[in-house]
Amino acid sequence: MGKTFILGILLGTAAAAGLTYSVELVDLHREPSHISVQANGGNVETFRIDLPRDRILVGLAGEENALPAELDWPSDALFGSLQAEIFKVRDRYDVVVGVASRLASASEQTGPFIEWVLHLPARGTLYLQMDVTPAPEGHRNGRMLAGTRDFVTMHGNAREQFVTDIESSDAGVQGRIELITILVGTFSEQVPLDVEAAQDEES
Amino acid sequence: MKYLVSILVGFVVGAILFVGGLYFNPFAEQLAVSPLAISRDEQLSFTYTAVASESILYTDYGESNIKPHPDRVVELWEPAIADTRLAVNVLEDGRGDVAGIGIKFSTDSEQSELIRSEILVNSAWHIYVPGQGSLFIDQIENYWSYMREVVVPARWSSGDNWRGAFFRILTQGPFALGTARVTGGTGNFSGISGETVESLNARAYATVGGLVSANGELTVSLAQSADDFE
Repeated sequence: MGKTFILGILLGTAAAAGLTYSVELVDLHREPSHISVQANGGNVETFRIDLPRDRILVGLAGEENALPAELDWPSDALFGSLQAEIFKVRDRYDVVVGVASRLASASEQTGPFIEWVLHLPARGTLYLQMDVTPAPEGHRNGRMLAGTRDFVTMHGNAREQFVTDIESSDAGVQGRIELITILVGTFSEQVPLDVEAAQDEES
Repeated sequence: MKYLVSILVGFVVGAILFVGGLYFNPFAEQLAVSPLAISRDEQLSFTYTAVASESILYTDYGESNIKPHPDRVVELWEPAIADTRLAVNVLEDGRGDVAGIGIKFSTDSEQSELIRSEILVNSAWHIYVPGQGSLFIDQIENYWSYMREVVVPARWSSGDNWRGAFFRILTQGPFALGTARVTGGTGNFSGISGETVESLNARAYATVGGLVSANGELTVSLAQSADDFE
């Protein structure tokens, strides 16, 4: 009977180990990635932010229209004209795929800046820096400074544009920010600079 | 019959032994001393509150034990972001003065494995330090010690809470030495890369509401340039 008991212990240990090994603790939901490939190289992907429904936070010193309503944004003069915004991010078919932060400052003593961090939970995070001065067409060009996980070996460019002329049946959509990324892997040396051409090709 | 009872009792004992060994595994201890302690590079240190109700903003999918703050903040209920938490904090320097703003995105990692004592979280910080510039941090954190020493004891406690002293380095990667990757954005940090570690100092936790008294600390070590760092 002692041997049977020891056999039981071994079986119990093995079963617990097998169960612990095989059970997935986390199973992230994945939406399909809608990526088009540009002829000259580069994966083009468009992300959308519907305004105002996708806004999570608007933080600006002295601003009475902060979001959410009871937000206690630091009034410290240190932050000057810093504007912090956080949004939900959608793919081109309006499905929420991530969250993003946008930091901008016009009077920063080390230079004005506009930056995005685009966090796509199942894929990784992108760190984008935009030109402070918009292009003549009205959009802003930018570049990817860093990426994580799926994006860690990639580099490329980005474009930010505000779209007001949209067709939406949703009353909560009055405008839209579009973020377009054109990324290439480490094996390619050429990063397309013409984001507009890439977007035309994508459409 | 007695053999069947014997093997069943043995099976249960074996399973309990395995779970006990996993839970009390002494080799799963996380660092309490920063791997950057011996670095000769310039270092910055930021502290922030790890209590959701004391932060500027905290939100998640809305049904966790931590209440989103402020009350009317949008919840991250959509399936693709339901495993993500978002926190915005004021960062303080070593003297307790306001030093910047930090936005932290945290998502449970599919690389988590109980058998390896790893409850992993992929997190990213977007940081702005007035007068200096902006930073981005890419990090893998391990919450195993936190779960074992704070969360589980709180659930076992008759009062559904925990009080004590917990201090651990949570950062586990992506760098091999258990440090996180820092990328400089603007200002003085432009073109600079480095490493960072994040630690948690917890003093009280409640099963309903999460951390009651706790602060986090980011220690950022900056190399001279991205090329130097490589």
